[in-house]
Amino acid sequence: METQAFQKTYTKLTQITKATCTLQAADVGYDELALVNGRLAQVVKIIGNNVTLQIFGGTEGVPNNAEVTFLGKAPTLNVSDDLAGRFFNAYGQPIDGGPEVEGLEIEIGGPSVNPVQRMKPSNMIFTGIAGIDLNNSLVSGQKIPFFADPDQPFNQVMAIVALRAKADKIILGGMGLTNDDYLFFKNVFDNAGALDRIISFVNTTDDPPVERLLIPDMALTAAEYFAVEKNETVLVLLTDMTLYADALSIVSNRMDQIPSKDSMPGSLYSDLAKIYEKAVQFPKGGSITIIAVTTLSGGDITHAIPDNTGYITEGQLFLRRDTDIAKVIVDPFRSLSRLKQNVIGKDTRGDHAQVMNAAIKLYAEAANAKTKLENGFDLTDFDERSLNFAKQYSNDLLAIDVNIDGVGMLDQAWKLFATYFTPAEVGIKKELVDKYWPKEN
Amino acid sequence: MTKGVVAGIIANLVMVDVDGPVAQNEICFIKLKKVPLMAEVIKVVGEQAYVQVFESTRNLRVGDTVEFAGHMLEATLGPGILSKNYDGLQNDLNKMEGVFLKRGDYTNPLEVDSKWDFKPLANVGDRVQAGSWLGEVQENWIAHKIMVPFKLNGKFTLKTLAGPGNYSLSDTIAVLVDSDGKEHVVTMVQKWPVKLAIRAYTAKPRPFKMMETGIRTIDSLNPIVEGGTGFTPGPFGTGKTVLQHALSKHAEADMIIVAACGERANEVVEIFTEFPELDDPRTGRKLMERTTIIANTSNMPVAAREASVYTAMTIAEYYRSMGLKILLLADSTSRWAQALREMSNRMEELPGPDAYPMDLPAIISNFYSRAGYVFLPNGTTGSITFIGAVSPAGGNLKEPVTESTKKAARCFYALSQQRADSKRYPAVDPIDSYSKYLEYPEFIEYLSENISPDWLENLLFAKNLLVRGKEAYEQINILGDDGVPLEYHLRFWKSEVFDYVILQQDAFDHTDSSTPIERQKYMMKIVIDIVKGQYDFDSFDEVNIYFRRLINVLKQMNYSEYMSDDFKKFKVELDEILQERIVAVTA
Ligand SMILES: Nc1ncnc2c1ncn2[C@@H]1O[C@H](COP(=O)(O)OP(=O)(O)O)[C@@H](O)[C@H]1O
Ligand SMILES: [Mg+2]
Repeated sequence: METQAFQKTYTKLTQITKATCTLQAADVGYDELALVNGRLAQVVKIIGNNVTLQIFGGTEGVPNNAEVTFLGKAPTLNVSDDLAGRFFNAYGQPIDGGPEVEGLEIEIGGPSVNPVQRMKPSNMIFTGIAGIDLNNSLVSGQKIPFFADPDQPFNQVMAIVALRAKADKIILGGMGLTNDDYLFFKNVFDNAGALDRIISFVNTTDDPPVERLLIPDMALTAAEYFAVEKNETVLVLLTDMTLYADALSIVSNRMDQIPSKDSMPGSLYSDLAKIYEKAVQFPKGGSITIIAVTTLSGGDITHAIPDNTGYITEGQLFLRRDTDIAKVIVDPFRSLSRLKQNVIGKDTRGDHAQVMNAAIKLYAEAANAKTKLENGFDLTDFDERSLNFAKQYSNDLLAIDVNIDGVGMLDQAWKLFATYFTPAEVGIKKELVDKYWPKEN
Repeated sequence: MTKGVVAGIIANLVMVDVDGPVAQNEICFIKLKKVPLMAEVIKVVGEQAYVQVFESTRNLRVGDTVEFAGHMLEATLGPGILSKNYDGLQNDLNKMEGVFLKRGDYTNPLEVDSKWDFKPLANVGDRVQAGSWLGEVQENWIAHKIMVPFKLNGKFTLKTLAGPGNYSLSDTIAVLVDSDGKEHVVTMVQKWPVKLAIRAYTAKPRPFKMMETGIRTIDSLNPIVEGGTGFTPGPFGTGKTVLQHALSKHAEADMIIVAACGERANEVVEIFTEFPELDDPRTGRKLMERTTIIANTSNMPVAAREASVYTAMTIAEYYRSMGLKILLLADSTSRWAQALREMSNRMEELPGPDAYPMDLPAIISNFYSRAGYVFLPNGTTGSITFIGAVSPAGGNLKEPVTESTKKAARCFYALSQQRADSKRYPAVDPIDSYSKYLEYPEFIEYLSENISPDWLENLLFAKNLLVRGKEAYEQINILGDDGVPLEYHLRFWKSEVFDYVILQQDAFDHTDSSTPIERQKYMMKIVIDIVKGQYDFDSFDEVNIYFRRLINVLKQMNYSEYMSDDFKKFKVELDEILQERIVAVTA
């Protein structure tokens, strides 16, 4: 980014904190960008002539006589079809050695879609992972995070989902991504021959944390271009949103805002909602689906970050290691897709809803039986059967290494019901039992 | 009018130097280039007004000019509000152009060119006052009353009144003369500041009529009344929104106002898409025809979110003054409280608990008090029943919004994480929840006269049953299946019958989603008879298997159309199963 001749340069900072600096300047717009000794910064507060800038790269080494130039615009991204296949940093600058992208310059973090211009999301995304398709069906236009402890393979699962989702474009927004994970995504997409439909905006652990704040808006501005202008189905992957929220709290704490729960800014809900609500189904066929990662600390979902996220997103996917089968599964109890009822029994077979609920109830019976066992009580015959059911259900349907289609997963569930239970114990509508209960076993 | 210039900007909080008088909550427009950004005064210090802007302030500059409007944020009230989709400031969302919301795109809440068939209800010479009915027009299926504007104080004489005929919104409908002989022209449209309550009623007695909701866990366990208040706190994913939508579809009300306050846009889209298609059994029309939506979703401006609940309440009060039964739903009032918190923090006010403003309890109770059952000046009645969803941070019911709301609302429907996790929907905790109206003698009398003589008795019996069932369950868990008498298993399973058959209700099943009172009575009787029965079992395993069968058949009944062949068939099957084991029906 170069300074233009007519722009006024200031050289006197009146205050410097860890993420911000303040100076006296006139005719500055709110949200406007500036360069502070070449580092990109944005206006976050104006009181009279005192302008406070948030410096994305951090203030380390910034002197109080730093050169400040205002750029006269909010952060922008050049959008065009040339974005496809490219890798960018948080500022939208290429990091793949390729040329700058030419196209329409758009301000990122733009306005919201008028709710009456949205369409009800109703196309199922099949992932082959039955733990998702059977119990937590995803829908285009949905926003949903993985809630996972840092040691769980969420990036792997997300990459599988992305590749099987058949999206026209996959946009990766990486925040505080380790270099290894960045290369992992690059490799997986490359090996799948999908690089030409991928666009990446990446801030790695090597980059300054505050820069991350630009990543979601960059990714979603690109997404809106393809979804609105080209009517494409776009899948946006945001990982890790916990690191995004941490960056928010750095900035707000430096600005002396009163923190609310868990030292997060009081506006955390609105800040996250502005990002996640960009997920949308348009009437003309374009859509933006957001799959995110929110890492937990010690599985605590009452922490302000997962808590606010859960209130915003349309469900959440929990991964859990099932020691009985030594595999990672999609936890059917804590996971939820709020949009599943839009597609269940419509994009899938009519028995889907009842099969899903019955299997989960039986899985819950098994959990109770397990507690009994651990407490040293005798098990009933029903308990024994539900335990055996649970193990096979977990292995055949919940494990993340499963790859099965929409009919196959339902047939498999019926097979398990018939192996371990009577129809009355399963408790499904009679007409469905008549139709699908395996005849001989 | 007072003018000003922008002196400071922190996100949507803007400080304005003013050249004349300004009032708290006065509206102003900040000029960003040519675009007017609407804002509201929330604090005045000397010559400086602090305003919260209802839009993004991107590119706003110090020195930009401001014009004050001389009034507070007002709702526009007149025929044409039904079926509309508004934002929090009552802009008609359908009139906006383009896919994206544009700053400063303020649209008319009513159809300026619409014409209405007017029928006079008053006579020239009548003494009238604010809220008096002058005439009516037909709006969808509602007889929309044209009233003396609420802003007019005192008594007036009706000097002229339009005769029957077709009039447009701006035509003069009546001329009133006040005690000083001054004339006031009345049209079909009036305005009212949303943050003030409309008090055009003569009395606000305790509400006592049951509002039938079709939701069994409410009607059969903790009923709410017409003009009552309730709230549904619950962690995310426990079913607050599904419950609100179920209420909006099935509750017995003349008009439903849904305030989607700071929640997901897709949830509003669901209403937009479904309601114009769904039939309303009461009117034979579409559900959308009795519904107005105020959508200020989480990605729409925060200050307008705060305004949205007031806009919704004002519209409710307007229609209540027509003698109607209004159900107002807000999802979620926590987002409104958070909007207050965001502004309070930006203004660096002394924070209360969890950084919410100190006066949060007062703000909440003030709002809830605007609901209620009222007598109108002409002797008829109207009501606003208000049910708000609350989203407690971390699911902790001790947080400020839940605690403040608990003091203001009379029905408490606590959504439990545990029930939601085990898919026992609606996840309303039957033991923690309560309806204070059950303590009102006038409501008890109403129940026994209008619903059923044993409604209350059954309800209390069921509550006791659930507590005993829970105790038995805990004992079984501590001592083991074998370690407790058979009676404990029976007790637990009897409460499970009530839970599975009465409390649990599938909001997505065409038949089960709503249960009319007749059907609730019928099923309640069956379940209570089962619970009161004495059975003959040899082992707990038998109890377990037997009751699972009972529950299964009863659920099939719930899924079948009332008194259909299937329904009756399952009833026969139920009776057969009962014959196997039942020894006696104890009274
Ligand atoms: N009565 C019900 N019947 C069936 N499913 C329900 C019911 N209530 C809630 N659910 C399920 O729970 C999910 C979350 O409910 P929702 O109302 O969106 O939660 P909240 O608003 O409390 O976050 C729904 O998407 C649905 O799958
Ligand atoms: Mg909700």
